[in-house]
Amino acid sequence: MARPIASSPAMGVSPASLSTRAVGGPSWDGRFTVLILFLPPALLLFTLFVVLPIGEAAWYSGFNWNGFGRPTHWIGFDNYRFVLETRAFWLALRNNGLIIAVSLCVQLPLALTLALMLAERFRGAVALRMLFFMPYILAEIATGLIFSFVYDGDYGLVASIWRSFGAEPPHLLASTDTAMLAVLIVIVWKYFGFHMMLFIAALQSIDKSLIEAARIDGATRSQSLRHIVIPLLYPTIRLSVFFAIVGSLQLFDLVMPLTRGGPADSSNTMVSFLYNNGISRMRVGYGSAIGVILFVICVTFAFTYKRWFMRDE
Amino acid sequence: MRLLAKLGLAAAACLLWATVASADTTVKWLHIEVNPAQVKIWEEVARAYEASHPGVKIEMQFLENEAYKAKLPTILQSKDRPNIIYSWAGGVLKAQIEAGVLEDITEQVKGYSDSVTPAALAAFTDGGHVYGLPISLSQVGFVCNKELMAKAKVDPTAIKSWDDLLSAVKTLKAAGVTPIVVGGADKWPLHFYWTHLAVRIGGKPAFDAALRGENGGFAGDTFVKSGELFKQLVDLQPFQNGFLGFKNPQAVGYFGDGKAAMTLAISSVYNLQRALAADKVGLSEDKICWFDFPVVQGGKGAPTDTLGGITGWLVTKGSPKEAVDFLKYFISKDVQTRLAAGNFIIPVVQGADAGLNNSFMKLIASNLAKSNYHQNFYDQSLGPSVGRVVNDVSAEIAGGSMSPQEAAKAIEAARKQGN
Repeated sequence: MARPIASSPAMGVSPASLSTRAVGGPSWDGRFTVLILFLPPALLLFTLFVVLPIGEAAWYSGFNWNGFGRPTHWIGFDNYRFVLETRAFWLALRNNGLIIAVSLCVQLPLALTLALMLAERFRGAVALRMLFFMPYILAEIATGLIFSFVYDGDYGLVASIWRSFGAEPPHLLASTDTAMLAVLIVIVWKYFGFHMMLFIAALQSIDKSLIEAARIDGATRSQSLRHIVIPLLYPTIRLSVFFAIVGSLQLFDLVMPLTRGGPADSSNTMVSFLYNNGISRMRVGYGSAIGVILFVICVTFAFTYKRWFMRDE
Repeated sequence: MRLLAKLGLAAAACLLWATVASADTTVKWLHIEVNPAQVKIWEEVARAYEASHPGVKIEMQFLENEAYKAKLPTILQSKDRPNIIYSWAGGVLKAQIEAGVLEDITEQVKGYSDSVTPAALAAFTDGGHVYGLPISLSQVGFVCNKELMAKAKVDPTAIKSWDDLLSAVKTLKAAGVTPIVVGGADKWPLHFYWTHLAVRIGGKPAFDAALRGENGGFAGDTFVKSGELFKQLVDLQPFQNGFLGFKNPQAVGYFGDGKAAMTLAISSVYNLQRALAADKVGLSEDKICWFDFPVVQGGKGAPTDTLGGITGWLVTKGSPKEAVDFLKYFISKDVQTRLAAGNFIIPVVQGADAGLNNSFMKLIASNLAKSNYHQNFYDQSLGPSVGRVVNDVSAEIAGGSMSPQEAAKAIEAARKQGN
């Protein structure tokens, strides 16, 4: 967003010279008209809905403020210090790391495997695809509620399975040891179908003749998979990884109905930690500081990733 | 002629619109009550008020307890905010007053306010200005299940000291009965233990000193000790399986289903458990017992000191005068007597306790009357930023992830940060 504006020649040109130029070269004239017509609305919207809220959050993060009235008590960077001193913040950060790890190491391989199996046309393929995609359609809140019943140690599905083996059922969501694991399982269940669909779409756009040619040349199935299919999938895989990581960093609406970040902060993500502290506790300044930290992490990741892995896309 | 007819029609339309506009005042009333039987009475009261005050409409809105607390700051700063909102008084109320989102109703309740219990009214008064009206008082104590206690041969009336409680828990466990049910996911039901122990150990002087930051503030001995005693109980594993995953209504229902011998709860649970029990019947009166929170040996608090709530209604800034008028109607002797007779509240209007017709509610009312120090719930009186830390650390002690010393330090750190 920022680069085209900064490098645009219009920035260094005075209005007077612009008007003479406008009469001049038609190609420049065309570009300038486009700039005049389309830049201001985009810039306005971007400023209004992206730059201002972020700026506002950064501003609030310098105050000791409970959300009522206007903030007056300036405390500088203290909120950031308080955040970094909180054990629960590091737990939340660790959990986000865990979610990313599980997304990359379990969810994406699972999605890819299923995609390879279901991309081909056979009876029932479409039905199976829909079945696996279904969890993604379900609203996060609904998913959370459904699984909080599934996991219920008294009446849930998990409890009845446990009982059928004659064991005392655990309360998965109520123990600091298992709550995060239970949340991770739901995350994988919910989002693998989305990545699977991306992969299927990419697989179907691969030119069949490439694979046929390889087969004629005597390549085995796994060889053509390794040397042709997967390399051709790289752009999609890179996109999937991007989505998985950004989505993991922002995860909130599954956690709230399942555990609300508990017990004892063991299943907080950065965003649920932000909510529990900034909103529930009415520490808006503190919450803003968490928000800014999260924003910096996301932006750093997004730009680095784009620069390193998605340069050509 | 046609023009005249058109003009006439327009005038009539204007007149009609004007009367509709001037006649309709809507008072929006936001509550958090989950007991349908009580809400039903409120509805009836609201409709009765509407009938006697033509042109006024009382509109009830509901939010669940936790959601309500979380949304309150946003709600209050909205132009479309409700006129009457629920309040637990304390630190949150103070923040609201400072932010100027509440209406000063001192003038409007002059005279009327004399009918309200002074201590309860004082909770909604700041610097001589009244910002709301109390509706009910409550006490925290142990509600117990007579049958289960008898099954384990535990006599609830004999539980007087903390050690008595610990040995009762052991006996109940040995008899195969779940001793205590608690809604640990909501955290605040767990803070009753920590807070009530602090009330028993240090009494009012310790709390006041901690607020001023004296004696180590909330990291001082009293509060470390209350964590330690709470830990003694936790170590006996007295709670139902998975208690950290139970929300409060779930836990109350569990008690109503007769699955645990005790619950440390607000006195209103006595009634509420029926509505939340699986069979909607719950435990009948003759099956329920109550004992006050046990005393701690060497504690400075008097055995008559009580922990509980003072709840009421606030009027938000810019509300129509009908909102206050309705509140006065709602918190009148008649309505309070009626709610007391239904055993929903310990009334705050003088004389309305005559309506109390069951021995349990009468007992709570007399406990409160005897109490010289009624401590409002810590999570309310300390305000959201410190109060919620009290809830957090109580849950962490119960879950075994924090030591009593760390817990006390965390609260003191929050008090010092003060945001």
